[in-house]
Amino acid sequence: MPSKVAPRSFGARLGSVLLTIFTFVLVILWAVPMAWAVVASLRPPTDPLGRGDVWFAFPLTLENYARALTLAPFGQYYVNTVVVILMILTVQMVTVTLAAFAFAHYDFRGKRVLFYLVLLQLMIPTTALLAPNFSTIRFLGLFDTRLAIAIPYFGSAFGTFLLRQLFLEIPRDLVDAGVMDGCRWWQLLRHIYLPPAVPTLIAFGLSSTAWHWNEFLWPLVITNSDKARPLTAGLVRFTQLGEIGAQWALLSAATLIVILPLFVVFLFFQKRFIQSFVYSGIK
Amino acid sequence: MNASARPRRRRVSLLPYLLILPTFVFVALFTIWPMLLASYQSLFLQRLNIARFRTPTFIGAQNYIDLFGDDRFHQVMVNTLLYVLGTVPLSVVLGFLFALLVNRAMRGIGLARLFFFYPTILPLVSAATIWMFFFTPDYGIFNTALRAIGYTGPQNWTSNPNLALISVMIVTVWKNAGYYMIFYLAGLQGLPQDVFEAAALDGASGWQMLWRITFPLLRRTTLFVTTIAFISAFQTVDHIFVLTQGGPAGASSVLLYYLWEMRFEFLNVGAASALTVVLILVLLVFTLSNFLISEQREDAYAK
Repeated sequence: MPSKVAPRSFGARLGSVLLTIFTFVLVILWAVPMAWAVVASLRPPTDPLGRGDVWFAFPLTLENYARALTLAPFGQYYVNTVVVILMILTVQMVTVTLAAFAFAHYDFRGKRVLFYLVLLQLMIPTTALLAPNFSTIRFLGLFDTRLAIAIPYFGSAFGTFLLRQLFLEIPRDLVDAGVMDGCRWWQLLRHIYLPPAVPTLIAFGLSSTAWHWNEFLWPLVITNSDKARPLTAGLVRFTQLGEIGAQWALLSAATLIVILPLFVVFLFFQKRFIQSFVYSGIK
Repeated sequence: MNASARPRRRRVSLLPYLLILPTFVFVALFTIWPMLLASYQSLFLQRLNIARFRTPTFIGAQNYIDLFGDDRFHQVMVNTLLYVLGTVPLSVVLGFLFALLVNRAMRGIGLARLFFFYPTILPLVSAATIWMFFFTPDYGIFNTALRAIGYTGPQNWTSNPNLALISVMIVTVWKNAGYYMIFYLAGLQGLPQDVFEAAALDGASGWQMLWRITFPLLRRTTLFVTTIAFISAFQTVDHIFVLTQGGPAGASSVLLYYLWEMRFEFLNVGAASALTVVLILVLLVFTLSNFLISEQREDAYAK
């Protein structure tokens, strides 16, 4: 550790080198699981992993991926995950924008109470309510559909809160000018409130996407067949197939099939992604 | 009904209510209603796998009495506490450490950031399927490392009663630390530099600056990160499904996992509802006390 900061003494430089080494060690620790999964998934199926021999085996092959794809309908799982996310995003963008606009722009009776009731969703995450929500979904006749996975998230306290904060920062003068010019409410929303809110909406959309791509428990209990099951629930089902056993190469391939699309998107839009996560605190 | 409302804008109407309605309908249906429903159902005996108990019968607080007398419930509550106390502080501290380490101007530091952060975007179930390998006997990495230092004890982590919960906690910390890092990173980059310059002139050491200046200035970040870490600790059990299924003998079962088991394995609606109520209360107490503590601290600092 550096003892004094002012001049770059020998001690400070030594400290800096030690810190770098320390960082490097931690990076390796954090990278190993993913690196191992990639390596293992490329091993030839005929050459199982053994004691002390867990890394590369040649020739590298994509056979495990091909087999994983025949053992479970991952294509269908992809479609399901993507459809669920698109449903959620489409509806959320509308509900969140309208509610945030109302909370930011108008004064009305019961506003505080309504706002706190909506915020309750932040304190009690929907996942915790899976037992009673299961009854509701059954009652609505939606069991084992993609809509059932998506519908509890159609209203978003978090998105509403985030956008309302942003709307409140828009200068009153600007809004008043719009009102003076005789703008109707949707014109105010469209021309004054929404333009500065686009980055926030994108950030919210990105983090919402990542969170629903990863969600597992709710889809697990509310689906019962491959026609609705998303990737995460499909993967867990895959691990429980009798023939999988301890076939690590196969399991790694299946895992990567689930991870890769979002991961590639993440690598391309790294900065945006990270920003959106900072922005959107609660996943 | 809106005669006495004071309009900030000229028109008073039903409009704001209509705009909120779509959000409110879904929040009401999937957040407010289930809280009421669970409280109500928790007062009834209803077990879907036993024919004569299939229709609900009112039994008052019996579900709660049974629950508090149930050894498994005690075990689950202790596990939950251990899980929360074991993962929340460690992943928050690691997040802070990571942020300090990668907040330096250096070549390749972006890559380090990436490696710390990437577990955040992996589904927890797939993180668990990867880690499952590391915990297995014979070739698991931990065992190899432990053998290297001469340890020959229990080998299969996830089926060992003393290690199952720890395995689950390791995956949690590995996955979350990088997520908390980015909040600290954002916090660090917003700190006023002149304070540090002044402290350096006064001869403060790196350690002193870290603990006397950086850490106190980031208290809001810490509070925020701790709150989301708490909520996440109570609502994520995905890795348990892959690694241990709550076993062996309940050794790695936590509140939400037990709730799922009660409802969807044992088909005991009454007990599952009582567990839901317990979970709701725990979450409310945690978030509200966090909020109150933060208000108090703000007051203390404001003086």
